Amino acid sequence: MTIRRATKPPPEENSTDLSVKLGTLELKNPILVASGTYGAGQEGAEFVDLASLGGLIVKSMTLSSWRGKPPPRMCETPSGMLNAIGIQNKGVDHFVQEDYPWLRKRGVTVIASVAGNTVDEFVRVTDKLRTAAQQISALEVNISCPNLEDRDNMFAHSPEATAEVVEGVKASMPRRPVFAKLSPNVTSLTEIAEAALEAGADGLSLINTVFGMSIDVETRRPKLAGTVGGLSGPAIRPVAVRAIHEIHQAFPHVPIIGQGGVGSAADALELMLAGASAVAVGTMNFVNPRSPIQVAKGIADYMRRHGVDSVADLVGAVKLEG
Amino acid sequence: MTLLMGTGEVLSHKKYGEHYHALTIVAPEIGESVRPGQFVNIQCGEGTAHILRRPFSVYRVHKRGGWASTIEIVFDIRGPGTKHLSSLRAHASVDLVGPLGRGFAMPSKRAHCLLVGGGIGSAPLFFLADELRNEGHRVDVILGARTAGLLLNQIDARRLASVCRICTEDGSAGETGRVTDLLEETMERCKTEIVYTCGPHPMLAAVSRVAMDRDLPVQTAVEELMACGYGVCMTCVMPLRQKRHGGKEAEAEYVYARSCTEGPVFDGSQVIWDGTTPSSTEAVSVDQSELSPAGMPTRHDFPPEPADEHAPPGN
Repeated sequence: MTIRRATKPPPEENSTDLSVKLGTLELKNPILVASGTYGAGQEGAEFVDLASLGGLIVKSMTLSSWRGKPPPRMCETPSGMLNAIGIQNKGVDHFVQEDYPWLRKRGVTVIASVAGNTVDEFVRVTDKLRTAAQQISALEVNISCPNLEDRDNMFAHSPEATAEVVEGVKASMPRRPVFAKLSPNVTSLTEIAEAALEAGADGLSLINTVFGMSIDVETRRPKLAGTVGGLSGPAIRPVAVRAIHEIHQAFPHVPIIGQGGVGSAADALELMLAGASAVAVGTMNFVNPRSPIQVAKGIADYMRRHGVDSVADLVGAVKLEG
Repeated sequence: MTLLMGTGEVLSHKKYGEHYHALTIVAPEIGESVRPGQFVNIQCGEGTAHILRRPFSVYRVHKRGGWASTIEIVFDIRGPGTKHLSSLRAHASVDLVGPLGRGFAMPSKRAHCLLVGGGIGSAPLFFLADELRNEGHRVDVILGARTAGLLLNQIDARRLASVCRICTEDGSAGETGRVTDLLEETMERCKTEIVYTCGPHPMLAAVSRVAMDRDLPVQTAVEELMACGYGVCMTCVMPLRQKRHGGKEAEAEYVYARSCTEGPVFDGSQVIWDGTTPSSTEAVSVDQSELSPAGMPTRHDFPPEPADEHAPPGN
């Protein structure tokens, strides 16, 4: 696939078609918000029309409410931040009773992020979504949160555990596309991705945060109460680009939701050229909750400038030779 | 209330004493609606080296004059964000979001209010004092700091308060000691009915304890590190005793509430200040401390208290 040069005058401002398909998941534009960076939309609605987002990947939900880790949960690092939150959330019941109807009323494309400590918990959360939130557009399976109790046994660090969760979730809600969110903290990402896909994942979300740690040299204490946390923000963008590139080369037909340090259209395009069909803005929402809208607009501008007709033509369009 | 995100113009940059910088920013919509205890979140510089906004509680609001409304923030230089802000001069533009958070609740009837501030944490109490006085309440103040140079604008504090007591730990200004040493005597003398406080975590804990001993309502503006400031990142949480219907509150039952949206002002009697969870502020390094609304350094060397005093009195 190559980017064609414009042979006719660029079309009018609003006519750029940003729609994109990730398998059966159709999005009005390729820019989503990443899980855990936009809550369930209520706060962001102060700043943007949520329906104009490509989609909202809600904060991961668990079977019962989770309190999360003690503070300090965050510290700023060069071009990014570390967090150790521990998926504080009110549980799937709260989502289906409160958040989901609210989002539905506003016409938001909702991708539900599912988390748990055991395979059974993932499946039971998904069961509840199947019965009470049928119109969600897709599921993201968060098997790569670095802040769970059993960090050494993160699902996404093992092909077997990855496959078990994905299989369980897919069996529970077979009619919705399932995206497995993978961890970059592995030796062979391709091996994990393959396990997820063989277990029935329809696509992949790449990447979750990168393990990190920061120490206050004056007190000699870790800056996070959780000691180790997840690094996010522009600092990890090259890690995301590499991961997406690797997986897209290995599985060219598998849709990827790219995430990792995106704050501008150029950032998003970098992930798309590496192989992402859609891109989620994450940490940069904290700085500018309007950035997803601005990124989408910037992509439209880019497409006009480069004479690109379809978002799909950008996916994996990095020129590797010459 | 509507949140605003946009650009404000620096009207002036001045200094209070040798430590504190003050920026007055023309931000009419925020100035009109902001309440004492609320904060604004400011982007400090361009590029992605330090991506997060820095939160600042509003120190003063000026609703009259040619540039109205303006808001004023105060800070000392802690890290790259405050360093950047200290370089701004008149006409510079700043990207800010606000007003954010839940501010101080005003007394429902005329009351004697005691405002207790530590160091730069005193900032929101000046705005509060202005508003309390406008509404006809009596305002008394205890202002403390480690040393004289860290006392925030004691001249204005004296002007605003019926009784104003100043203390420093090294005795370089006012009485020698900490604000908590003066608390009970001042409460007695001023017939205090409501306590408002902002400052380092151990000070808030101590003030809350004294107020609760006397069955006085106490409102504390806390300092937690924030990434977003508008409620989505879940980093700035405070442990709050869980309210339960009917039954007795259990010490072990608590929830983490977001300081940016459910706070930064909390009922001091609802906060679990210590014991149940690791103290949230001891580990905060100075360069990170500018990520909290008044940028309080929190490694004040308050002596650890015996465990049995950690339990809230009266319950």
